[in-house]
Amino acid sequence: MAIQTLIGAVNDGLRTAMRADESVLMFGEDVGLKGGVFLATGGLQEEFGKERCFDTPLSEDGIIGAAIGMAMNGMKPIAEIQFQDFIFPAFDQIVSEAAKLRYRSGGQYTAPMVIRTPYGGGIRGGLYHSQSGEAYFCHTPGMKVVIPSTPYDAKGLLLASIADPDPVLFMEPKALYRSVKGEVPEDYYTVDLSTTRTVLEGEDVTVFCYGAMVPVVEKAAAQAAEKGISVHVVDLRTLLPLDEDGVIEAAKKTGRVVTVTEAPRFCGYAGEISAIVAENAIEYMEAPVLRVTGFDTPFPNTLEHHYLPDARRVIDAIEKVYSF
Amino acid sequence: MTTKLDIPFQLVDPLGEATGAELPKLSNDELRELFVHMQRVRTVDARMLKLQRAGRVGFVGATVGQEASMIGTAAPLRDSDWLWSGLREGGAALMRGLPLGEYIAQMYCNAFDTAKGRQMCNHFQHKGSNYPSWSSVIGTQIPHGVGAAFAAKKQGKDEVHTIYFGDGATSSNGFHSGMTFAAVWKAPCVFVCIHNGWAISVPSAAQTAARKWTDKGIAYGVPAAEVDGNDVLACYGAMEAALERARAGEGPTLLIVKTYRMMGHSSSDDPSVYRDEEEVAPWKERDPVERFAKFLEGRGILAPGEAAGIEKEITQETDSEIHKQEAAPGMPLRSLVEDVYSEVPRHLMTQYNSFIETVERHGEAQKGDGAFPL
Repeated sequence: MAIQTLIGAVNDGLRTAMRADESVLMFGEDVGLKGGVFLATGGLQEEFGKERCFDTPLSEDGIIGAAIGMAMNGMKPIAEIQFQDFIFPAFDQIVSEAAKLRYRSGGQYTAPMVIRTPYGGGIRGGLYHSQSGEAYFCHTPGMKVVIPSTPYDAKGLLLASIADPDPVLFMEPKALYRSVKGEVPEDYYTVDLSTTRTVLEGEDVTVFCYGAMVPVVEKAAAQAAEKGISVHVVDLRTLLPLDEDGVIEAAKKTGRVVTVTEAPRFCGYAGEISAIVAENAIEYMEAPVLRVTGFDTPFPNTLEHHYLPDARRVIDAIEKVYSF
Repeated sequence: MTTKLDIPFQLVDPLGEATGAELPKLSNDELRELFVHMQRVRTVDARMLKLQRAGRVGFVGATVGQEASMIGTAAPLRDSDWLWSGLREGGAALMRGLPLGEYIAQMYCNAFDTAKGRQMCNHFQHKGSNYPSWSSVIGTQIPHGVGAAFAAKKQGKDEVHTIYFGDGATSSNGFHSGMTFAAVWKAPCVFVCIHNGWAISVPSAAQTAARKWTDKGIAYGVPAAEVDGNDVLACYGAMEAALERARAGEGPTLLIVKTYRMMGHSSSDDPSVYRDEEEVAPWKERDPVERFAKFLEGRGILAPGEAAGIEKEITQETDSEIHKQEAAPGMPLRSLVEDVYSEVPRHLMTQYNSFIETVERHGEAQKGDGAFPL
């Protein structure tokens, strides 16, 4: 096993999939010779040729629309949207077409495809290179939404997404691209979608998180441990369809729940977790179910480190539910 | 790059006389068959409108006046080719193999509908003849057809992807990205713009300031030609040429098929609110079905009065299928949560189980509607 960064694991996953299956195509803006603006597709055109890893015209609507057609006609497209912030011209194609095709055709036509896109803050990218828009897509029946937080999961979840018969939005936490490292098997393997990962076993407070918030919560949990609070940390990994049973079980375990997202709060994913806990485990709760999130504002630039939840804000919430 | 195609606008004039340009090489039987397909579109449409008025089906987007545009352009396709529908191409699907029963089941949105009643009326599909349904969102199918054409080329399949849409759709994102991608990729596809003058209540003049509709191809590097959409043979010939370009690896073609929507956008639309009936009158004289009947009668391919017999036969066939559809069983309730994903995920089973508990309590559940085992 090699030690890899998260982006290295994404690249490895793509390479592994393209070696295993000739129908897998990787395309988008600047993904060819340049290898993508973050180098997620670095070296792929060199190995697989322009036929299988290529640049498209600059139109997200066209990229996703064409990917749907390819998927309907025998290929396994992986479309990169350079920044999740740029996905909205393709929103219609994702929400109205890819996500609804199987249903509206009574299962006659399907669009098995993967949309890869870097999301989230922490790179001083301002409003349009930092957003965390998972909630828009989690409100879209027919889509699967996956967010890894470790190199191992990045490769395994990506390969599972590519093998999946339904369209998957694979959101990559760009803040973690090079800041997390871990062991990644060289061969093909998958991590099951719709399964949560217990990051840390704990007894007092349960914290749900995903993507770039996982290391933030881990840091907070370590600091809480020094104060004598044992934190149970769960990485949701697949936001849709969610492993609801895993969430309910983890919530019941401690009776004190905090959810951390970097996305805005109102109608956000943390609200959904709170609702699931309220509907299924309210009798187990010892404290209000809290959210630590980004602000309900556009994403800032200069003050992004205050917008993004940090360990201090997470600890405050942990202590609040612990001492309630 | 050529931006103009040498395609004659018209082969048969409104009086049914050949204009002198070379006609498609079709046998008398094939010509007669084309007429039968056009007549079928018209007859089935009329029958569906009656059903709508009787409250049996919800919505009809009639094709009256556009029969030649769909039948003429779709007839030269090979079985392996795809037809990406934009709205009113259901009659082309019938010609290419969609069983009439399935067509009517889709109008009823009943349990016999292959799409399981999930889309409103007039959203036909037929996998057997490579005919995905349109979604209702205008222009979204255009890049799908391009992507599928690209995939066909990659896999060495003998397929041309013909992508249908109306004049309004030329203003959509899908048209722009579809034309762009297809030309850059030299994808084996044909863009078929059924220019019927109207996008619901908005006239085509409000869609573009281009001098000519074929100009739309120029900036994309897509050769374009305009053809008389009420002349079935002109449509046929134009499509043959475009298909040949695609098969020869020369890339996409844009056909502007000029016709006219004689009725409202749908059975829910009253065109008298926004259009002058004087505009409609000249198009009656260009009626595609009558024109082709005259042409065939002039050549002795169709006997005088034979058209009426064909119509009667189609009406009987249609009525018999309607009878079967009226007897369709109720829709299984589990269909509510099926086909969202390849397998029903646990959260949908939970939602369904909670729903069915209520339904069962009210005694409305049928056999097979029961809860999912969790």
